[in-house]
Amino acid sequence: MAALALRRHSAAARRVTCGAALAGSLLNLASSAASIFSCTPTVISLPFGNPVFSWAIRLDPLSAYFNVTLALLAAAVSLYSFGYLREMEGRRNLGAFGFFYNLLLASLALVFTASNAFFFLAAWEVMALSSFCLISFEHEKEKTRKAGLLFLIMSHAGTGLLLIAFLVLSSASGSLDFSSFHLLASQMPPLRQGMVFLLFLLGFGVKAGIIPIHIWLPEAHPVAPSNVSALMSGIVIKTGIYGMARVFFDFYGPPPLWMGTVVLGLGVASALLGVLYALMAHDLKRVLAWHSIENIGIILMGFGAALMFRSLGQPSLAALALIAALYHTLNHAMFKGLLFLGAGAVVQATHTRNMEKMGGLIRRMPFTALCFLGGAVAISGLPPLNGFVSEWLTYQALLAGFGTTQSLTRLMFPIAGSLLALTAALAAACFVKAFAIPFLALPRTSQAAEAEEASLPMRAGMMVLVVVCVALGLGATWFVRVFDPITQQALGVRISSAVVVARGLALSPGTPHGGTISTAGIALLFMLLGAVFGLPFAMRWKRRSVTGPVWDCGLPGLTADNEYTATAFSKPLRMIFAALYRPRREIQAEYEVSPHYPSAIHFESRIEFTIEKRLYGPLRERIMAAANRMKSIQAGSINVYLAYIFITLILLLLFGVRG
Amino acid sequence: MIERLIESVTQFFLLLALAPLVTGVIRTLKARLQTRRGPGILQPYRHLGKLFGKGMVIPDTASWIFSATPWILFFSTALAGLMIPMVAADAPLGLFGGVLAVIYLLGLGRFFLALSGLDTGSSFGGLGSSREMTISALAEPAMMLAIFTVAIGAGSTGLTEIAGSAIGQNWRFLAPAQMFAFAALALVLIAETGRIPVDNPDTHLELTMIHEAMILEYSGPYLALIEWAASIKQLVLMTLLINCFWPVGLQHTWFGFGALQEIAWLLAKLLFLSCAIVLLETVNAKMRLFRVPELLAVAFTLSSLALVSTFLF
Repeated sequence: MAALALRRHSAAARRVTCGAALAGSLLNLASSAASIFSCTPTVISLPFGNPVFSWAIRLDPLSAYFNVTLALLAAAVSLYSFGYLREMEGRRNLGAFGFFYNLLLASLALVFTASNAFFFLAAWEVMALSSFCLISFEHEKEKTRKAGLLFLIMSHAGTGLLLIAFLVLSSASGSLDFSSFHLLASQMPPLRQGMVFLLFLLGFGVKAGIIPIHIWLPEAHPVAPSNVSALMSGIVIKTGIYGMARVFFDFYGPPPLWMGTVVLGLGVASALLGVLYALMAHDLKRVLAWHSIENIGIILMGFGAALMFRSLGQPSLAALALIAALYHTLNHAMFKGLLFLGAGAVVQATHTRNMEKMGGLIRRMPFTALCFLGGAVAISGLPPLNGFVSEWLTYQALLAGFGTTQSLTRLMFPIAGSLLALTAALAAACFVKAFAIPFLALPRTSQAAEAEEASLPMRAGMMVLVVVCVALGLGATWFVRVFDPITQQALGVRISSAVVVARGLALSPGTPHGGTISTAGIALLFMLLGAVFGLPFAMRWKRRSVTGPVWDCGLPGLTADNEYTATAFSKPLRMIFAALYRPRREIQAEYEVSPHYPSAIHFESRIEFTIEKRLYGPLRERIMAAANRMKSIQAGSINVYLAYIFITLILLLLFGVRG
Repeated sequence: MIERLIESVTQFFLLLALAPLVTGVIRTLKARLQTRRGPGILQPYRHLGKLFGKGMVIPDTASWIFSATPWILFFSTALAGLMIPMVAADAPLGLFGGVLAVIYLLGLGRFFLALSGLDTGSSFGGLGSSREMTISALAEPAMMLAIFTVAIGAGSTGLTEIAGSAIGQNWRFLAPAQMFAFAALALVLIAETGRIPVDNPDTHLELTMIHEAMILEYSGPYLALIEWAASIKQLVLMTLLINCFWPVGLQHTWFGFGALQEIAWLLAKLLFLSCAIVLLETVNAKMRLFRVPELLAVAFTLSSLALVSTFLF
């Protein structure tokens, strides 16, 4: 399937690009879906390479699950790209785009399936480089180049950490094969075990975008073309999640308790700070990028809880938390992909990413608005869509955690739960902003007033993801069975028969008398109430209604300037969380006669990114200082460089002889 | 199955019928306490009847969100109302969701209400939406922590189980954890239902309004639906509070004389809680918006204390 996605890369036409990607994704979907349920993992060893660096692919349930996620998203995004790329035709090098696009998809499939550390890192690097090329696609803009560079630096720092971690593991096992790492990490001495854990957490965490190593994410995701943003936020950051799942639940046995605590804490911090910064962003795609950090935090909360339950000897609770995390992973890929595709359609129609310059798009782009609304409801965790189901499972896991230990650690669970509630409520507030400001009320600029609906393939791509979101929400009881092979492999338990109750109608946490939920039931009742009470009255009232102007306080007419802006909407939160944001504003009024009659007012408001300033500011200065000091050894003469190489060689030889 | 259906329909109509009465009682009691006569406890029914009989003015800037919101709000609130133990300890739709579903269904209604506030393009609507979403977000952690405390005691987030575990322990509300959690939830209830000192339900066109600002452009039947939904929400939260913390008179019986007895108890407890709310509203002045976070921080502290005291006592 990887070969198929790559096959026609040199062809310049977008049709071939998207067609190949679509076909590859569908094939990938079929093969992965089939192998989730087959008990024995499929192992394919490609017929080249040597025994140490074997190019082996292994499709076990965990890999297959992430591959299904990839395939679903890639199929929808490729469909969308048929239309999205049309505008760039003739102006940009679509051949190169297609090459890197397909390379990215192929490398993603390989990252999820590689069963050898060397092969994994190779695919990981190809993924990083192809996403770098895609991010920098609109490279004539200064901001894009900067964001791409930041991404590259952070990504390589992460890969470096992973390399060290894998080398430590392989020196213990004597092989680079993933199967030889199984449960190996737990047999190492505690100090080394902890070190490897932290290396993996940071290495994969950079890719996943957990706070405080997230700084590349809100820069890089907005500047990429929107179909790439959808892939980046939907699935590329999930490679970090996949890596953590692989390491924590395959390489490690029951870990020490502190590891789960660290992951849970990082999850809470990422979720809360992610959403708080999202509230202050007014670039539509940047809002979505910050929300990716928030959702990664929610996924990590599930992971952290699962790790803690594993340490405490509660495999079925660990399975519940793991299901919550993995379910949210898939859900986030779907609704975030959908939201980025919707944002892409909006940006293409209005030629701006600034929400304050949009408005009223629901009339010009009704279909896109509906899809975006679906994504917004899903990501806010509102019933009956899919975000609600996975957040509900996370709550249940956290709630059950309180009874698992007698130590003070158990206080972490309810507090994490209440902060998850805060996160979800703030996310809802943020998506009221992200939907209402661009789509509702009056258009704020002429571009917004003349926006045109997205083309048919773009609408089809969004539609696919809306359908998946609804299906994952309403069909939760059916879908939960998919996790049985995964929890069987990772934790040795299958809990779907305990989780699905009431003849497949409702979900429960699997504990006796635990609370139940039925999204299908809620949706059904909504439709029932709507049909019985809604329709007859709605018709009758419609006939009695007239349209009229909005109350404008007696002023002559309401204009777009009177509307509430995104900045105004988030103002109360900016004031309440002023300690975090440290907001500053500058107002300059120009006047001719008297200060009471200004001719122009210049207003500027900005917030401070504490982590960037306090953590990365000094770090960057140190690195620059060190680089300046190292300048002296770079004389520019080839003889000196040859001497360096010679000295290095001698040192390595000496080292080798002694070892 | 058939029983559940009958229970659901009964509770549905009871909610619809009782909600305006509670609003009317609170208003009248408040008026009496302030030495006014008040419009009488049946006024909300007359008001709703009048609004349902009128035509509507739909703003020309509004989209379909504006027309869909009253329905979504009304249905989601009513569904949340079917998931709480009201008449008996067994919630009719307990299977479909517990306390988390109740909170999130109310959240769904609020999400759309905030959207429709921004939909008309009027600055008042945006102002209301912004404040409503801010305050409800800040109320959330306190509410969830208090609920977790209660749910930990019952071992479930199902409201049938929570109310069921409380039956027969009429004096349990004196336990420190219960008292702290009750106080925290009571503060959250005030914030969520838009009562003094957080919001004033009686004012219009004041710069302090929150809930009323969002619905300023609604008229006729849509306004009636929204106001009805608001009073149902108030009833749902009040019932949740009294039946989970103070289950005096609550039984498992749904039919016969037992049910009538339960309803009588419910009404008595609602009256008592209404008196408490009226007292609180009369002796307090409305807070500045930016003082509200402090009130909700108090609620959060109380629920943290509730959590800590679950294993101290």
